[in-house]
Amino acid sequence: MNAEKGTFKVKVGLAQMLKGGVIMDVVTPEQARIAEDAGAVAVMALERVPADIRAQGGVARMSDPELILKIMDAVSIPVMAKVRIGHFVEAQILEAIGVDYIDESEVLTPADEEHHINKHAFKVPFVCGARDLGEALRRIGEGAAMIRTKGEAGTGDVVEAVRHARRILGQIRHLQSLPEEEVMAYAKEIGAPYELVMETRALGRLPVVNFAAGGIATPADAALMMQLGMDGVFVGSGIFKSGDPAKRAAAIVKAVTHYNDPQILAEVSRNLGEPMVGRTVASLAEHEMMAGRGW
Amino acid sequence: MQIGILALQGDFIEHQHILERLGVRTRQVRLPAHLEGLDGLIIPGGESTTIGKLAADFGLMEPLRTFALTHAVWGTCAGAIFLSKDARRPQPLLGLMDIQVQRNAFGRQVESFEIDLDVPALRQVEEEVRPFRAVFIRAPLIERVGPGVEILATLPDGRIVAARQGHWLATAFHPELTDDTRFHRFFLKIAEEVATLDLDVPLSR
Repeated sequence: MNAEKGTFKVKVGLAQMLKGGVIMDVVTPEQARIAEDAGAVAVMALERVPADIRAQGGVARMSDPELILKIMDAVSIPVMAKVRIGHFVEAQILEAIGVDYIDESEVLTPADEEHHINKHAFKVPFVCGARDLGEALRRIGEGAAMIRTKGEAGTGDVVEAVRHARRILGQIRHLQSLPEEEVMAYAKEIGAPYELVMETRALGRLPVVNFAAGGIATPADAALMMQLGMDGVFVGSGIFKSGDPAKRAAAIVKAVTHYNDPQILAEVSRNLGEPMVGRTVASLAEHEMMAGRGW
Repeated sequence: MQIGILALQGDFIEHQHILERLGVRTRQVRLPAHLEGLDGLIIPGGESTTIGKLAADFGLMEPLRTFALTHAVWGTCAGAIFLSKDARRPQPLLGLMDIQVQRNAFGRQVESFEIDLDVPALRQVEEEVRPFRAVFIRAPLIERVGPGVEILATLPDGRIVAARQGHWLATAFHPELTDDTRFHRFFLKIAEEVATLDLDVPLSR
């Protein structure tokens, strides 16, 4: 067969298949099955959800491969897992066990404060967080096949996800208003590769799929991110830190499909039990913010 | 001619963009009422478990089956699984096409691939013979086809990746991820043929 594996097309392609869907953080095979039954398009396998990483402190690393493998065995949908920013050996390990997507994530403690992973060197695709267009295009330049807003993970406060989504989309609109001779200066200003800036300008969107993440806790939060123009959502602590995870998970899935239908959003938002308690981003000290990790 | 795209989850916008490039009117379908007046339906790639669950939860299963009896329907990847009678595991299926599929037949994402396929049926829309660049993402295989199902494409080793049964079409790969519009034109040709028949009785099943 003249088959080609690990091309950028098939890396981006999987993210395209996840669009309009919800990717859920799970810490056990049982949670993974609950997520799949609720309609999740993928699960993020990890030892601690961001809210617990926040509460417990300490160095947060890649999860035990044994746990990830058990979760891979438990479900038929794609399984993602996180590595520390810049920790390319953790990424090699996750590629070796066959995870479907790697999240090079600011939720874990960074392994390198200057360099992210060269993601072109891998067959497995990567998703990376971004707060603005320059950061998104730098990650794509390094080989990321999917982008998510960083938001502020583990808070249950959607404000940062909204800020990052609006900033990325606003910068793309601004970029499209520029005459071509001003694009190079803009690329310099935001610190992004010129070719990717030109491609984004022509497309009117990022060249890869762009999900929302970081603080989404309710069906309304998820629908808000979709109406703002995101392609899908990650829900981390918001589901399994809530009173009735199965019900909330199913409700968020429906809210992402019917994000423009307030009647259905009202219906699915009823009687979901306690949401995660959360912390306001405004109450976090500077050193507690995760979104500032990476550049 | 107006073609619907099932927009519960997945890469429905990619299908919509290709159809619009071909000058066809489109509509996203999320609820039964959205099927009204359509001339055909595409079920996109995505996660088949998610699409099936949402279709069941929003009362789409029977309306989709009824629509399919008299209209062209095409499923790509997850859509092909959803159209099948048998996916070898319990999950909501339309159960229309007499095919048995194996989900994730090639393994996990690192085994996803692209390959040039020979698809003779595409000569019906374009005389020039050239391979079709097929993109397989955690793709299924069509393991068995029933009588009355025509095999449209196989991998070089003979495994089935595209099939047609009357006015229903299933592809394990994603023509919507390429710039090659031949598969979409092939589907539109089937939809037009069905539309001119003015069906009272189901063509197949």
